[in-house]
Amino acid sequence: MSLLTERVSGAWRLLRQATGEAKWDDYVARCEREGVEPMTRRAFERHRADEKEHNPQARCC
Amino acid sequence: MSTSTARPADSGPRSGPNWKSIIIWTIVAVVGAVCWAVLALSRGEEVSALWILFAALASYAIAYRFYSKFIAKTVLEVDDSRATPAERLENGRDFDVTDRRVLFGHHFAAIAGAGPLVGPVLAAQMGYLPGTIWIIVGVIFAGAVQDMVVLFLSMRRDGKSLGQMVREEIGTVAGIAALIAVFAIMIIILAVLALVVVNSLAESPWGVFSIGLTIPIALFMGFYLRYLRPGRVLEVTAIGVVLLLMAIAGGTWVDEMGLADLLTLEKETLVIALAIYGFVASILPVWMLLTPRDYLSTFMKVGVIVLLAFGMILAAPVLANPAVSEFATNGQGPAFTGKLFPFVFITIACGALSGFHALIASGTTPKMVAKESHVRMIGYGGMLMESFVAISALIAASVIDQGIYFSMNAAAGATGGTPETAAAFVNGLGFSITPADLEAAAASVEETIISRTGGAPTLAFGISLIFTDAFGGGLAAFWYHFAIMFEALFILTAVDAGTRVGRFMLQDTIGNIWPRYADVSWRPATWSASALVVLAWAYMLWIGVGDPLGGINQLFPLFGIANQLLAAIALTLATALLVKHGKVRWAWVPGVPLVWDLITTMTASWQKVFSDDPTIGYFAQASAARDAKASDELYGVAKTPADVDQIIYNSTQSGILQAAFAVLVIVVVAGAAVTVVKTLRAGGSLPTTEVPKVESKIVAPSDFFATKEEKEAVREWEASQKAPVS
Repeated sequence: MSLLTERVSGAWRLLRQATGEAKWDDYVARCEREGVEPMTRRAFERHRADEKEHNPQARCC
Repeated sequence: MSTSTARPADSGPRSGPNWKSIIIWTIVAVVGAVCWAVLALSRGEEVSALWILFAALASYAIAYRFYSKFIAKTVLEVDDSRATPAERLENGRDFDVTDRRVLFGHHFAAIAGAGPLVGPVLAAQMGYLPGTIWIIVGVIFAGAVQDMVVLFLSMRRDGKSLGQMVREEIGTVAGIAALIAVFAIMIIILAVLALVVVNSLAESPWGVFSIGLTIPIALFMGFYLRYLRPGRVLEVTAIGVVLLLMAIAGGTWVDEMGLADLLTLEKETLVIALAIYGFVASILPVWMLLTPRDYLSTFMKVGVIVLLAFGMILAAPVLANPAVSEFATNGQGPAFTGKLFPFVFITIACGALSGFHALIASGTTPKMVAKESHVRMIGYGGMLMESFVAISALIAASVIDQGIYFSMNAAAGATGGTPETAAAFVNGLGFSITPADLEAAAASVEETIISRTGGAPTLAFGISLIFTDAFGGGLAAFWYHFAIMFEALFILTAVDAGTRVGRFMLQDTIGNIWPRYADVSWRPATWSASALVVLAWAYMLWIGVGDPLGGINQLFPLFGIANQLLAAIALTLATALLVKHGKVRWAWVPGVPLVWDLITTMTASWQKVFSDDPTIGYFAQASAARDAKASDELYGVAKTPADVDQIIYNSTQSGILQAAFAVLVIVVVAGAAVTVVKTLRAGGSLPTTEVPKVESKIVAPSDFFATKEEKEAVREWEASQKAPVS
């Protein structure tokens, strides 16, 4: 049973990494470790959108 | 403990043969050999598509297990104790250590699009065998090798781009030639992809309705993520996919809603709409349209591929085309002209060997690789996956009745556009079909199917056949439009993203002379650069749409050759760099595919430029049309004197572009040859721009599935990371 839940949570984490949502989890975890007050999710996601704005990725054929 | 960098269980302390592994791989090899034998020996009997599917899967498995491992260990000497740029330069933005499976997904989503779906569909006119062999053999020895080696070389140089590497490692002239080639090829690719969309949406109110709705859906998702619930990507993607499926299904009622006339658009109208869309999309902030559309298209991409694999196995369709058709040898195929050699190798670019991948393998991906050994699964494995998509497309095209296939893929000038004339044309080719058959096929998907060139409608038709067979009947029209949506969606994403990348390249280049222009937040620069890029591809698209000989017939060879010539540049760089690194004995690994690629592309370019046959040579075509004009006659399928002028103009332009590409590649290859000779004279190696080794501190498994030892090592390492730093 614990193996199954471990698998499912592992797959869920991978999926969140694939969509980029895990970046927020990582950021919050890091802030906690360093004892810093994290910015709001809204501000955080705007930051990320601004980066994407300046780093376009080509999509192939 | 944090300095433990030992490669976890790289070779293992195992001694003696591993019988389990030997037995498994022997079985895989036997399955593959049997499938290939059946494909090679069957003539004139019913052949199941599953033989192709399993021949491909077995070949991929063996190539991945043995050849890619050989390249990683012996040729490239990947070193997991060496920190990757992602680890050394980690900034949480572009340099970002990424889980290998996640990066595999990102990389695959970036490389695979409509290309592997279109080429094989067109090549199916020569029979199923030439395409199958080239896709499988090509990917194993050329395409996947190129992707993996370029990814590795760029990773060792902090993620430098292809153009930069050519300039620094081969020479300035070669670098400039590569840069021009890259830009020009991108424009051609965008134009051809857009042409595929135009051809599948023209006169198709259902298609226009569904695709049109993706814009408000993407906007909704964008605003949702920006203002309502920032960052909840999975949630909004789920909503988006549901809306998308509703948009496809809703198309059935276009008639009842009274929108049919409004949404029945001509090709010219669609070109203008696409150009406006492309311009607006490329200057809007990415969060509004591009990012959410990318989520949708990635989801659809993965979903459809999985669905198609299951569908093929469930339906086990029988191939309708011969192993090798007469068009392979007489070169007069209706979908595109030219003989098997070299044109199969040009028509199928993506899926076997695609130069464009070198741009992605030297762009975003190398900056995110966690461990050097991951280049194998991401570079080689990612390309194998794209090849599988190409094989699926080939199968989907090959199960369609030949009469229908050729009615769909011959230019309107040949079929005459009505079921009667099309049936007559196809019967003239030696297939039997009645106008009633064509009408029934059209009614089954609620579309017109005569001269729906461009590959997408044919693929959609094939997919609808397979899915109807596999998942129950009655939904053929839904599946057809589902497949059209799936292709159009990622072509539009490619157009958005490609225009944006082209804009950055243009701004960067002009910025060398006029620094302010490179400022990506200066509106006059971004707007004008976007407009220039859009005008460039829209111009090519306009030409293609108005071409009396059929735009796909004219432009697709140009696209294929351009893409393969880009591959020649990438493989040239790879070969020259292996030599510079003192590995001349392994230079054949990229060298052999390079030679093959040069032979096919240069032969094709030569024929396209110098052939006397007006159906193949662009200039021969122009001059034949000019002769006809001089004697006041119409030429070929032209119906008016204006058509003749159009043919003269288009053919001349395509010929010039074709010749220019070939010359650019020759410049790069010549530069590389000089570099190789210099290196050999200097004693077999020369300094390169490779970044010196820094010890890696990260521990991560190296392949798709972690071994027991790797898992143990990762667990140990993670525990040591969490321990307080003393």
